[in-house]
Amino acid sequence: MTLDIFKEKGTPLDSQRFTWRELVQAPTSKLDDDAFTRVRIILMNGLEANAIRTSHAVARMMNGDMRLPLAKVRRVEQHQQTMVNWLLPADLSPLETTIGFEQVAIEVTASVALREPDEYLAQVYRFGLLEDFDHMYRFSALMDRVMGADANNIVQNYSDIMPGRPTVVEHRAPEDDLREHYDSTTADPLSKLHALTITASENQTHDYYMTIGPMFADPIARQLYAEIASIEEQHVTQYESLLDPNETPLEKWLMHEAMEVYNYLGCMQYETNPRIKEIWERFVDYELGHLHYVMELFKQFENRDPAEVLPQTLPEPIDYQSHRQFVRETLNAEVDLRAAGTQFTHKDDEADRAPLSIAYREQMNSEGSPSEIVAAGYTWTPGTELAEGKSAFAKGASA
Amino acid sequence: MKSTGAKQVMTGNRTGMQTSPELAEELIEGANSAMPSSEGGLEEMAEYREEYITEGFPIGSMPMMPASEEGEADEEEAGMAVFLDKLSERLAFERMGTRLYEALLNKCDALGEQSPGPTLEDIEQIGREELEHFLLVNRTIEEIGGDPTVQSPSADVAGVASLGILQVLTDPRSSMTHCLQAMLMAELTDNAGWELLIKLADNLDYPDVKAEFEVALEHEEQHLLNVRSWLSECVLDSAEV
Repeated sequence: MTLDIFKEKGTPLDSQRFTWRELVQAPTSKLDDDAFTRVRIILMNGLEANAIRTSHAVARMMNGDMRLPLAKVRRVEQHQQTMVNWLLPADLSPLETTIGFEQVAIEVTASVALREPDEYLAQVYRFGLLEDFDHMYRFSALMDRVMGADANNIVQNYSDIMPGRPTVVEHRAPEDDLREHYDSTTADPLSKLHALTITASENQTHDYYMTIGPMFADPIARQLYAEIASIEEQHVTQYESLLDPNETPLEKWLMHEAMEVYNYLGCMQYETNPRIKEIWERFVDYELGHLHYVMELFKQFENRDPAEVLPQTLPEPIDYQSHRQFVRETLNAEVDLRAAGTQFTHKDDEADRAPLSIAYREQMNSEGSPSEIVAAGYTWTPGTELAEGKSAFAKGASA
Repeated sequence: MKSTGAKQVMTGNRTGMQTSPELAEELIEGANSAMPSSEGGLEEMAEYREEYITEGFPIGSMPMMPASEEGEADEEEAGMAVFLDKLSERLAFERMGTRLYEALLNKCDALGEQSPGPTLEDIEQIGREELEHFLLVNRTIEEIGGDPTVQSPSADVAGVASLGILQVLTDPRSSMTHCLQAMLMAELTDNAGWELLIKLADNLDYPDVKAEFEVALEHEEQHLLNVRSWLSECVLDSAEV
C-alpha cells in the first residue's frame, strides 16, 4: 500500500479526542489472539512511550515557543499509548509479557535487519538480535523452572527457544556499545525509520524490566531481570547511537511522527483481529495529523521544507511473520561476534580489541551469572521440561 | 557475597494506628473534615464493571477439537471439551505444584529440617507424587485425543489464581509456616479438582481414567492431611501452646 504522506493529512490534532471508557477497552485474549497481534501491541506501546519520552526531553532543552506544541501532541500520544497498552490482558503475567517483549525484539529486529539497506546498520541489528534471542531462552527457562509454565503458549511456535549469544558474555563496557551513526543527509529514509523504531522498542523493554523486576519474589528471577535489564540498557545505548546527532530536535520529532505513521500503517495492514485493526486505522489518521502539524512547525521554526527529510511515500512495512530461517542462519554465522569500539570482531580477538569489556564483564559476573544459573542444562521441551520428567523429584535426582 | 558491614536497625512493625497515636489522631481528623467529591457508594463501581462484564469477551476458548467421527453427537463433543479444559487445568496445577514443592524442598534444605515440620524426605515424597500426577494427566490427555501442550481457559485462570502461592513459596524471606499456609490453599484446591475430574470421567464413561484418578486422589488426600497437620503443629508450637 503506498501512502503519500504529504497528501494524506489524517485527523487534525484538535479533533483527536478520547474518553476514559474508550481508552480502556476489552483487552485482547492471551489464548485466542495471534502472537503477532500481541507483538504489534507491545511494539506500538513502545513507540508511543518513546514519543512521550523524547517529547519531554526536547521540551526541557528547546526554546519556550516549542513547549505548547510539544505538550499538545504529547497529550494525544499519552492517550494513544494507554489505549494500546491496555489491550494487554490481566491474565498475561509479567513474565509472560516479558516473553512477548523478547518476541518483538526477535521478529521485528529480524525484519528490520533483512530490509535495512545499509550493510553496517544491518550488521548492528543482527548483532542485537542474537542477544535478545538468547534472552528469550533464559526467560523461558525461568518460566518453566519457577512457574512450571511453557513459554511457547505465548510464542505460538513462531520463534525458536534456544541459546543465542550467551547473555553472560553480552556485558560490555560503554566504549564498546556505541556505534557509528547514519548520515542524515545521505541515509535512506528507511534507515532512519528503522533506527527510531528499534531504539524506541528497546527503550520500552528496558523500562518494563526495570519496573517489573522487583515484583518477583524469587531471587534468581530478580537477578535475571537485573542482568537482562542491564543488557537492554546497553541496547538502547547502541541503537540510539545510530541516530545522527546533527539532526535538529525538530527534525528528529518530524521523523518520529513519520516513523509512527509508518508503523501504525504496517500494523493495520497485517492485523488479523478486526477490533484491533480499527484502532490501528484510527491511529494512522491521528499520526498523519501529528506529522502535518509538525511539518508546519518545521517550516515555521527552521524555514526548511519537510520534503528535504521525509520520503514522498512510506517504504514496505515491518514483516509480521516468523523469521526462523533468517535467525538460525544469523545465529550460525555470527554468534561468536563481539563488539570492539563501533565495530565487530570474532570472540578470539576480543581480549586484544575490547579489553575494557572483558574487565567489566569479569567484574559483573564475578559472583555468579543469573542467566547461566537459571538455564543450567536447560533445553526447551513442549509442555515444559517436566514432561520429560526433569525435576528435583525425578528418580535418581537429589535435592 | 561480601558483607557490606551495615547492620539494619530493627524497629519492629510500623503499620497500624497504634504505632503513632498522635499522628493517627490528626489523620482521622483530616479525613473526617473533608467531603467526598461525588455522591453514591460502591454501586457506582459495580455499575461500571457490569458494562465490561456484559460485553461478553471471554478469557479464551478451547482449540478446535480433533475431527469427530461422522454422526457423533454434539453433546459428546461438548462434554469432551469440558473434560479437556478441566484436564488442562489439573495439568497446569500439578505442573506448578511440582515447582512449588521444589521451592519448599529448597527452603527446607536451606533452613534445615525443623521439628515440628516436614522432613526433606516428606517433601520429596509429595513432590514425586505431584510429578507423577502431572505425567498421568499428560498421558490421559494424549490418550483421549487432546493436546497436553494446550493452555485451556481453565488452566490459564488456575495459573492466575495460583500466582500468589508461588510468590510466597519462592520468597527467600517467607518462613516454613508461611509456606505451609500457602500450600494448604493449593492442596485444598487440588483435592477438590481431582474429585471433580473423577466425577467427569465417570459421567463421560472413562472407567480406566476414573480408576487411575482415584488413586491420585488418595495421594492428594494424604498430602492435604500432612500439610494441614504440619501447619497446625508449627503454629501451635510457635504459640507455645
